[in-house]
Amino acid sequence: MNALEIRKQFPILEQEINGHPLVYLDSAASSQKPVSVIEAIKRYYEHDHANVHRGVHTLGARATDAYEGAREKVARFLNARSPQEIIFTRGTTTAINLVAMGYARTHLKEGDEIVITPMEHHSNLIPWQQAAKATGATLKYIPLQPDGTIALADVEKQITANTKLVAITHVSNVLGTINPIKDIARIAHKHGALLLVDGAQSTPHMKIDVQELDCDFFALSGHKMCGPTGIGVLYGKREWLEAMEPVEFGGEMIDHVDLYESTWKELPWKFEGGTPIIAGAVGLGAAIDFLQEIGLDQIEQHEKKLTQYALERLGEIEGIRIYGPTEERGGLVTFNLGDLHPHDVATVLDAEGVAIRAGHHCCQPLMRWLNVTATARASFYLYNTEEDIDRLAEALIKTKEYFGHALG
Amino acid sequence: MRLDDLYRRVIMDHYKNPRNMGEIEGGAVTVHLNNPSCGDKIQLQLKVEDGKIQAARFKGEGCSISLASASMMTDAIKGKDLDESLRMAEQFSLMMQGEDVEFEYEDLEALSGVNKFPARIKCATLAWNALKKGVVESKYRK
Repeated sequence: MNALEIRKQFPILEQEINGHPLVYLDSAASSQKPVSVIEAIKRYYEHDHANVHRGVHTLGARATDAYEGAREKVARFLNARSPQEIIFTRGTTTAINLVAMGYARTHLKEGDEIVITPMEHHSNLIPWQQAAKATGATLKYIPLQPDGTIALADVEKQITANTKLVAITHVSNVLGTINPIKDIARIAHKHGALLLVDGAQSTPHMKIDVQELDCDFFALSGHKMCGPTGIGVLYGKREWLEAMEPVEFGGEMIDHVDLYESTWKELPWKFEGGTPIIAGAVGLGAAIDFLQEIGLDQIEQHEKKLTQYALERLGEIEGIRIYGPTEERGGLVTFNLGDLHPHDVATVLDAEGVAIRAGHHCCQPLMRWLNVTATARASFYLYNTEEDIDRLAEALIKTKEYFGHALG
Repeated sequence: MRLDDLYRRVIMDHYKNPRNMGEIEGGAVTVHLNNPSCGDKIQLQLKVEDGKIQAARFKGEGCSISLASASMMTDAIKGKDLDESLRMAEQFSLMMQGEDVEFEYEDLEALSGVNKFPARIKCATLAWNALKKGVVESKYRK
């Protein structure tokens, strides 16, 4: 895989920021888009757009084919049993909320348990807090090890016969921790609990096989995997999706409507009320084609090398503190530089053309666990190179010098 | 974009040696405010007598800009009427929008450069938003 060649397919990366060639190291927040995805969306709007599932006319049929074709692509990409197990959503947040509203709130009661971890993104934490409050269920946490991983012994301890739902991120957006999903699924299922996996940070970077993972639900966002914003996916095992009630009611999701009663369409449409994000689905389909052409294994290997290189280069900088496990981790490095606030670090880096994220990364409980208010994060994707990491390291050294001087 | 427009010497001085950091013992109105976009937080205390701010102290976690802004603000509002302090907060907002504003407490003008760094305006205004909240509570308390 040639990252330099791949990079040429991303027009946005060919620009200068503050007089320096852009180094984009914030793909964990949102990835950039290749020409093929941008073109697919443009082509759809220029040639095939109409509303789906109703028009008798040609464009209505083409739009429906495009939309349902994208669903089939997603199903094959995740190795779902059927496209009926693929629900299009606005993103990971909406996908998780759909399970929290449509499953947890209707199936859980007092005495039941929901088990999560302190490393969850707010989007895989607050829906469960709210569901627990609404149902009287108890929210429990699998504790973290000092290196930011979880121990299977703790998973065994926290998941009990009362546990109905386990929700965990596949890859932490802060620590880079890769969680042992297959083992967690086995333990959860042993106790009759369902497992939801937040795949926002894993799907863009590694091959996902939902049948192999044996999770019951899997949520992902299109915009982190070279697709457009506003489109995401909830995968669910058919039997659980069948057991769920729709959350949004209206057009598109109904079978028969009477004055006082209505019935719903079959899967997956009963969860897709209203005109769906058709162009978004088309864009996501194009993103999947793009990623598969390069190969998810290749992408994973590339990022592994980059991450290792980044850990080395950044590790050489005096005063830097890097968080998360040192091995077996996703393609990002979260850190703090001396006593400097990550905002100040990110501002100086931006002046050098290097884009990183600074803040709590939607993980306030995890920040408290790390005993910091905020951190800086550089995250990598298939278009990043070792040179980008050199630029990051150089900019960090400049940051130290700048504040060393300014603070006298 | 020049970093020195943002990080002026007087700002770094307030960051390094924040004025009025800490707590007021007794008789003060206390407000807390978060910047949800980054997790920064401030606690601001105002001791108000006869409608005048006798003392203002703060503590919190934040970047250089938010701490320097809080340090300057707590100095600047000391001895001012509540309404006057609100007017200063308005003036500060205008400065963040790029308008030329003069302050009796001149250090504040060093923060005018934040205007060119839109992502950092929230850092600079956190303390002032806490002040607005504190003034409302001080008035309500009477």
